[in-house]
Amino acid sequence: MQHRTLWAFASILVLAAAAACGGGSDAPAEAPAEPAAPAFDPATAGNVTGSIMFEGEAPAAEMIRMNSDPVCVKEATDTETDYYVVGDGGGLGNVFVYVKSGLEGSFPPASDTLILDQKGCRYTPHVFGIQVGQTLQIVNSDPTLHNIHATPANNPEFNAGQPIQGMTLDRTFDNVEIMVPFKCDVHGWMNAYVGVLDHPFFAVSGSDGAFDISGLPPGTYEIEAWHEELGTQTQSVTVAEGGTADVSFTFSVG
Amino acid sequence: MGRLWLHRYVRFVAVAAAILITAGGAVTSTGSGLSVPDWPNTYGYSMITFPPSMMVGGIFYEHGHRLIATTVGLLTIGLAVWLARAEPREWVRRLGWLALGAVVLQGLLGGITVLYFLPAPVSIGHAGLAHLFFTLIVCLGVLTSPGWRRSYGRSEPPEDRTLLRLALLAPAAVYAQILLGAVMRHTGAGLAIPDFPLAFGHLVPPSWSAAIGIHFAHRVGAAVVTVIVFAAASRALAHHWARTELTRPAMLLVGLLLLQIGLGAWTVLSGKHVTVNTAHVTAGSLVLATAAVLALRAHRSRFPDAAEASGRAGTGAEVLP
Repeated sequence: MQHRTLWAFASILVLAAAAACGGGSDAPAEAPAEPAAPAFDPATAGNVTGSIMFEGEAPAAEMIRMNSDPVCVKEATDTETDYYVVGDGGGLGNVFVYVKSGLEGSFPPASDTLILDQKGCRYTPHVFGIQVGQTLQIVNSDPTLHNIHATPANNPEFNAGQPIQGMTLDRTFDNVEIMVPFKCDVHGWMNAYVGVLDHPFFAVSGSDGAFDISGLPPGTYEIEAWHEELGTQTQSVTVAEGGTADVSFTFSVG
Repeated sequence: MGRLWLHRYVRFVAVAAAILITAGGAVTSTGSGLSVPDWPNTYGYSMITFPPSMMVGGIFYEHGHRLIATTVGLLTIGLAVWLARAEPREWVRRLGWLALGAVVLQGLLGGITVLYFLPAPVSIGHAGLAHLFFTLIVCLGVLTSPGWRRSYGRSEPPEDRTLLRLALLAPAAVYAQILLGAVMRHTGAGLAIPDFPLAFGHLVPPSWSAAIGIHFAHRVGAAVVTVIVFAAASRALAHHWARTELTRPAMLLVGLLLLQIGLGAWTVLSGKHVTVNTAHVTAGSLVLATAAVLALRAHRSRFPDAAEASGRAGTGAEVLP
């Protein structure tokens, strides 16, 4: 009786494994169509500027224990969590601000390559944006090994090892996604986020909370601000020809 | 003498398998399952040549798990071959090959789950098969033991139908509970209900999600398993007190179950502390294996070699070492 039970269970597992093999492929994406030029006169472009403020008392940064890797202990210059980067004036950093809706036409991906560096066993930058089709180069600047593990919902997941200092890995994203998380499973404290958009109108707030989205066609837009712990907020804003629209967001805990 | 050494070897493999399950539990408890992105290699090195100095962070757990798994795989090959050469009972020899097949399949599931980013069905299958493999090795330990061969010195089989049923029900219930735990573990539902013994301050969760449902089912499962295990153990202790081959696993089963419940509560209350969470996995496997031992011994008279062994027991033809 036990024989039959065990064999039946083994058969189920094999079928489950075979079914699982159907997903997770990392096939290259189809070549994107030639991007169209911006359908507006750049001379009429305006800006959205503003600041992200934090209200109340931000949770204190915590010390990261890196002793699971002696190289990290030696190389790290930043050993505090950076969930809440709050400046002296109450500005909140590492907030991804972008045009969520209101744009018309298509925008070509930027030709420059963005760098996501693994240095001192931290990701630099921690929050950033990229366009669909734009190249992201992931660099290991540490004399220890990392795995770079992206866990998107709308793009193919990938997990690659970078055991040697100086190794690079180029990746692009095919689909818009807010946000794609990165993590290193070797060093559990390492994480980063990238916002993937089909246009170039995004920014990340500095430690003073300020941001600037430039080159926007005149129009009315929905602007969203995303923070890894505090969620999202949206506001509507109108940009006049050659004008600057100001918009500010205030986040708080709880 | 040769059979005694075979039995000792099986016990050694069982200890190695328990260590392997603990190492596997540590991989999931530390979230290290994808710290080595490639398989069967490790960062391009073969498993054996990967430098120990590079076993840092999560790699320590994941690569360590692979090394222990390889060792257990080799030990299981040795076990299957030894049984094939020295074991006279064909059905026991087949169990040796079954164990080898299980450990090979287990390795493949481990590789697949890494290469496909830990899909829950595969990871759950990997966890479920691990406990079955360990229990199978423990069962082989029972089947190759001197006590089993002489039917524990009893010529009369215990015709206690209640015990026989409960002894079969207990490992089945424990295994179902282990599978529920694996589902909870690999779907990230371990802290879906953050308090204990209540659920969000209530006996029944006031609101539901898939994660809360899975977590709550594991708690209800624990209660059901507790009733069944206590019923089986109390039956053995109350009605077969003189039969130490039943009372010992019954008492051990109760002790391990209480430990396991405590570890489960502690896992929640500690916010899934790595050591506690890992110990919960290991203790679950020990509960299952002990329940299986009780079932095997209770059903001793129903196995193909029972008549021969009873004859020996009746005549005292074989003396335990």
